[in-house]
Amino acid sequence: MKSSRRKFIKLAGLTALGWSVCPSLASARSNRYRKIPGALKADRWAMAIDIQKLSDEVMQKAIEACHRLHNVPDIDSRQNVKWIWVETFKPLFDDQVHAHQMEGKEKLPLLTLCNHCDTPPCVRVCPTKATFKRHDGIVLMDFHRCIGCRFCMAGCPYGSRSFNYSDPRRFLNNDELSPDYPTRSKGVVEKCEFCAHLVDQGERPACVEAAEGVLFFGDLSDPDSEVRRVLRDRYSLVRKAKLGTEPQVYYLI
Amino acid sequence: MYDAKKIIPGLIIFALFFTFPFWFNLGTAAYTTPELELPDPEEHEHCIESTEYMRAEHMAMLDEWRDIYVRDGYQEYWSELNQEYFLTSLTKTCMDCHSDKEKFCDRCHEATAVDPYCWDCHIEP
Ligand code: HEC
Ligand code: HEC
Ligand code: HEC
Repeated sequence: MKSSRRKFIKLAGLTALGWSVCPSLASARSNRYRKIPGALKADRWAMAIDIQKLSDEVMQKAIEACHRLHNVPDIDSRQNVKWIWVETFKPLFDDQVHAHQMEGKEKLPLLTLCNHCDTPPCVRVCPTKATFKRHDGIVLMDFHRCIGCRFCMAGCPYGSRSFNYSDPRRFLNNDELSPDYPTRSKGVVEKCEFCAHLVDQGERPACVEAAEGVLFFGDLSDPDSEVRRVLRDRYSLVRKAKLGTEPQVYYLI
Repeated sequence: MYDAKKIIPGLIIFALFFTFPFWFNLGTAAYTTPELELPDPEEHEHCIESTEYMRAEHMAMLDEWRDIYVRDGYQEYWSELNQEYFLTSLTKTCMDCHSDKEKFCDRCHEATAVDPYCWDCHIEP
């Protein structure tokens, strides 16, 4: 009996060791992959929009650059799909509007997009984890997992998400699709993704490149970044701050 | 036998139904490997991994690639066979070498009755 208890304990120890080593062996597989060496890195990406420099021309350029690259269709109805678009001051900042506003301010056209919130409600409600927050703060969609339940559209207080009510290719010029990015299919939700795929390749988002000097993009945790510099110098607003979603698109007033 | 008149025809009908797939397909052509248009062997000797591995595992590989690309941000895959990195991309990697989808992917998928839905979104070369 004595020796068999010894044996049992030895065996149990070995088993425990095996258990702890096996999962780390399984994950060693990911050594087969690497990130592109020049990828941009940050702890918290954020954007700032200089509303004084926003002209119709600049806004159209930014929208055009984004929607072209990502094959976003332009549908002439309420079923339109948008990643970045123009909205006037009042619906954007309706919690900050009062009866005696400066003349014309309510109708001021501004650019708006997904806010890449720090506590994103869309991520919390997604039942398949198709929407998730990356470590660098980008709220990304995995289109492969989207089942089109539209909970995220109900959860988002900014209307940043669009649903594909029909095949988007019907509204795109199929000879001029951008080869660098897939389209979406019927029954999938979509939104801006801060050009995560470009950031991972070492480039800045398409809209920021198109609207140089009006849109700023950078790491919020780095005091020397472009975004931190403009936020230090200028007064800024975020949309619906009261809701506590902590939006990361700042409007420089 | 008790009720043999009913049981024996019943058994025969059952046996006929049960073997239906076998005699229905009698005389039709057996499965043959479709003729695939491979990339020019002068330019590319190998696929990303060995041919046997690709034949059996390419769907699992693509599945892993899209997860790792979209969710973890890894954009390059190390191929032991080629000793080189490949972009983890369906269109930019696979379709760069196998540029004629109809004569490669589709031919094989038709023969094996598979219909991947990837091309609803991914743009065909
Ligand atoms: C560098 C060029 C190259 C790339 C990239 C490439 N292939 Fe290949 N592939 C080849 C070549 C060459 C062969 C033929 C190998 C042979 O003759 O044995 C092949 C063979 C195959 C086969 C086996 C065909 C058969 O004979 O049964 C499959 C399946 C396949 N590739 C799928 C893929 C997929 C899926 C991808 C993307 C993940 C991919 N390939 C990327 C060059 C490539
Ligand atoms: C040698 C024949 C062969 C070739 C060549 C081939 N496939 Fe396949 N593929 C298959 C088979 C068989 C399956 C189904 C496997 C299964 O159901 O488990 C499959 C499944 C897939 C799937 C998963 C489909 C699903 O619904 O889950 C994808 C994606 C895929 N193939 C992509 C490709 C691409 C892209 C190419 C061309 C570069 C290609 N295949 C070339 C035989 C082939
Ligand atoms: C609903 C549309 C949709 C469908 C269906 C779809 N994809 Fe994708 N896929 C995308 C989008 C959009 C991206 C780009 C994500 C990004 O760049 O951030 C992508 C990216 C990828 C990538 C990595 C990047 C690249 O350039 O290829 C792979 C690999 C991939 N998908 C494989 C597949 C396979 C295999 C299938 C079919 C079994 C499939 N996808 C079906 C939309 C789709």
